[in-house]
Amino acid sequence: MTGNPPDFDMMQQDGQLLDAIDRQIVVATQAGLPLVAAPYDALAGQLGLDVEDVLARVAAMQERGVIRRIAAVPNHYALGYTENGMSVWDVSDARISELGQQVGALQYVSHCYQRPRHLPLWSYNLFAMVHGRSREDVETKVTAIAGLLGEHCRGHEVLYSKRILKKTGLRIKG
Amino acid sequence: MDSVDAKLVNILQTGLPVCARPFDEVAASLDLSVEELLSRLQRLLDDKVLTRFGPMFNAEKLGGALSLCALQAPADRYDEIAELVNAFTEVAHNYERDHLLNMWFVVATEQPQQAAAVIREIEQMSGCQVYDMPKQEEYFIGLQLTV
Repeated sequence: MTGNPPDFDMMQQDGQLLDAIDRQIVVATQAGLPLVAAPYDALAGQLGLDVEDVLARVAAMQERGVIRRIAAVPNHYALGYTENGMSVWDVSDARISELGQQVGALQYVSHCYQRPRHLPLWSYNLFAMVHGRSREDVETKVTAIAGLLGEHCRGHEVLYSKRILKKTGLRIKG
Repeated sequence: MDSVDAKLVNILQTGLPVCARPFDEVAASLDLSVEELLSRLQRLLDDKVLTRFGPMFNAEKLGGALSLCALQAPADRYDEIAELVNAFTEVAHNYERDHLLNMWFVVATEQPQQAAAVIREIEQMSGCQVYDMPKQEEYFIGLQLTV
């Protein structure tokens, strides 16, 4: 997460999700974890907290979904995944939850969401960002998703980006 | 990047346990010392193969609201409308896409009501209808690229 605002002031909105100490941990780790064998010790030292407290809080934030996971974020361009297409699908409402999970679990799908339709212009309710090494690679993967959705999908499209008009990251106020 | 780096990139995308020494298990599985693993990880970050290593936060759970919005900008006013949309600090990303709905942007605000106000303002200023598509359910976030 790099770049400029918008900033989120967590305390205003959702006091019960994060207290002041959780917030300190979020701010201290948003650029990343210390790259040492015992990173939570380093973090605890930096924040003047007990390491057991830091571990319990990080685990609790992960439990509540505030932290998705402790992981590496790849630069998809550096890994050769230069093409991405926003695939959008008109999926039966009765099956979308189950099918969305299956599509989201695919290795080459990053963001996968259910979103509202805007009929008649926009009939798609499932969005899956597909990454590939070439346009053909993306198309092959989209075909695989179509196969997975089968008869429960009434139509789909892939929207490729032509131009980045703006890109800033999200940042939390320190 | 060698084959060990590739394995490391693949494993680190899936998530490490929250424990005192989170790298020990991965290092052992790759036959590396923790020090070797960390120096490889540092190099992958320095070389920008990885953009970040640490907790991946859910912006909504941190108190923010995000929505994906789209509009259909007429070709002769495209750049003007892009400029107008980008001028909102609440607009985090904006992409031109090849579709009838040709402008796709993310509105990020501290409160959900603020997003509605931004969308109304964009509609008034651009004269274009904004299709608001907030997520209703999330199935997975995060790319796991095999290398």
